[in-house]
Amino acid sequence: MAEVKLMKGNEVIAETAIRCGCDGYFGYPITPQSEVMETLMLRKPWEETGMVVVQAESEVAAINMVYGGASCGKKVMTSSSSPGISLKQEGITYLAGAELPCLVVDVMRGGPGLGTIQPSQSDYFQATKGGGHGDYHLIVLAPASVQEMSDFVALGFELAFKYRNPAMVLADGVIGQMMEKVVLPDYTPRWTEEEIEKISGSWALTGKKKNREHHVITSLELEAHRQEVFNEKLQRKYREIEANEVRYEAINCEDADYIFVAYGSCARICQKSIQLARQEGIKVGLLRPITLYPFPTQPISDLCSKVKGFMSVEMSAGQMVEDVRLAVNGRVKVDFYGRMGGVVPTPEEIVDALKNKFSI
Amino acid sequence: MSRMELTDIIKEENLVLKKSALLTDNVMHYCPGCTHGVVHKLIAEVIEELGIQEQTIGISPVGCSVFAYNYIDIDWAEAAHGRAPALATAIRRLHPEKYVFTYQGDGDLASIGCAEIMHACNRGENIVVIFINNAIYGMTGGQMAPTTLLGQVTATTPYGRDAKLNGFPMKITELLAQLDGTCYVTRQTADTPAAVRKTKNAIKKAFQNTRLDKGVSFVEVVGTCNSGWKMTPVDANKWMHEHMFEKYPLGDIKDI
Repeated sequence: MAEVKLMKGNEVIAETAIRCGCDGYFGYPITPQSEVMETLMLRKPWEETGMVVVQAESEVAAINMVYGGASCGKKVMTSSSSPGISLKQEGITYLAGAELPCLVVDVMRGGPGLGTIQPSQSDYFQATKGGGHGDYHLIVLAPASVQEMSDFVALGFELAFKYRNPAMVLADGVIGQMMEKVVLPDYTPRWTEEEIEKISGSWALTGKKKNREHHVITSLELEAHRQEVFNEKLQRKYREIEANEVRYEAINCEDADYIFVAYGSCARICQKSIQLARQEGIKVGLLRPITLYPFPTQPISDLCSKVKGFMSVEMSAGQMVEDVRLAVNGRVKVDFYGRMGGVVPTPEEIVDALKNKFSI
Repeated sequence: MSRMELTDIIKEENLVLKKSALLTDNVMHYCPGCTHGVVHKLIAEVIEELGIQEQTIGISPVGCSVFAYNYIDIDWAEAAHGRAPALATAIRRLHPEKYVFTYQGDGDLASIGCAEIMHACNRGENIVVIFINNAIYGMTGGQMAPTTLLGQVTATTPYGRDAKLNGFPMKITELLAQLDGTCYVTRQTADTPAAVRKTKNAIKKAFQNTRLDKGVSFVEVVGTCNSGWKMTPVDANKWMHEHMFEKYPLGDIKDI
């Protein structure tokens, strides 16, 4: 039976990880996501499912523990917030380069530098455009509710293993800290060694058997032409992800003249803005990207013939708006409204911004 | 008396040295005179003798031994520079039945990976660490390592290591022995047959220790990098005797 609870977003990450058969969590405390590891340590999943939980000495160590666990074909994860995710970038690019499945949760706070502990969405570029060095992408899921914090842990692992690629849940501090009703999933047992052999047996480190070649997890290939061939393989994988995994939600778009594009908590706020605008007779809809990579380029492109303009609403200086512009490609006006430094926009100011920018 | 043929000599009972079945036929990229090849051979022999090929997972570092996975026929992960102990931590915790070891040089372990090795040792992870100390960065072309001796000339200490400018040679092994999470800490070398045998015994003991869940077993091997040191292999061995062992004395530092 599914269990319904009132929980904090960060707590739900921990609870769902246990329930979906996660093998290991490796983390380092940082506000505003410390409840993830705190919840796990309180729950003691090693007694229940055998899940390993380690408080690492740094974010750098934590992501490399993930690299180690993922090398064995295990379902492993870490979580952090913006400055900590910056530290993890070395490990993340190694994971992408070694094609290892894993889940990274980023509960964004304001930056740059130590910034603030208040919520932000200013790490969109870092999450969707690489972040570390080299030509790679993460599969990036953006939850807009506590329920989606739960749903996307399971979905993140599913996609990570489907494509042998790290997946990221990119939440903001609001989603991590707020409490909502959540339907928790049923327990899925952790994979047995036999199941791991079946799922990842062609590459995972399970101990060299007599009947197979030894397995080596590495991102190193010094010969330039072979490294290029490997990069081409990665790019084919990203094209496949772009073709198959775009997820988004369209709200009130059917009759809309203007479209808000927003994800995470901004998408929630925009829903209220839509109500306010429609009370004034301004027909506005919302296109909410659920996957930030792959980005819903086509759905936005398809709306261009029906609407007068798009406004990207973000808690940043304007990052996702660049992808909206690429999708629209000059056909209609694209504008942006954002707040920075941990300030959360109000529904009213978003409506005012729309009216100003589009001279309504 | 009939003439002795070659086939009369090549017999099992006359065999004095055999390449471990776990050593691959790949041509090693190490310079002649380098210590890595010897230690690779010892690790392969130990794994073979203990019969644990299927249970062993190695973590190779960044540095000259980044390609260790090409030479020993076991499952390997290649870590980012310095991070091998973090990988090993997760692998051993997720696979308590396995033998997990890291193979790290002095730049990898004592410089960029200082935090990872300290904390893996402090947590008492049940892993083996093989630490090759040749007092220099070999792969990048002979720059100063934390273990470079005072006065030693390297590409980044062209006038010799100066304590005021570069700090002091780091006795990381002694530091790690202070931590409660290490159970066996030893420093060996591999320049003579006797030393090679001692090192092999230390490596074997370290692997066996991991079954006892007593913490990290740490084997430092003081070695030569004659290319980086700009010496012949023979002179490098001589220099190691004259200079390295004074700062890095051989023997067990901790055994509990």
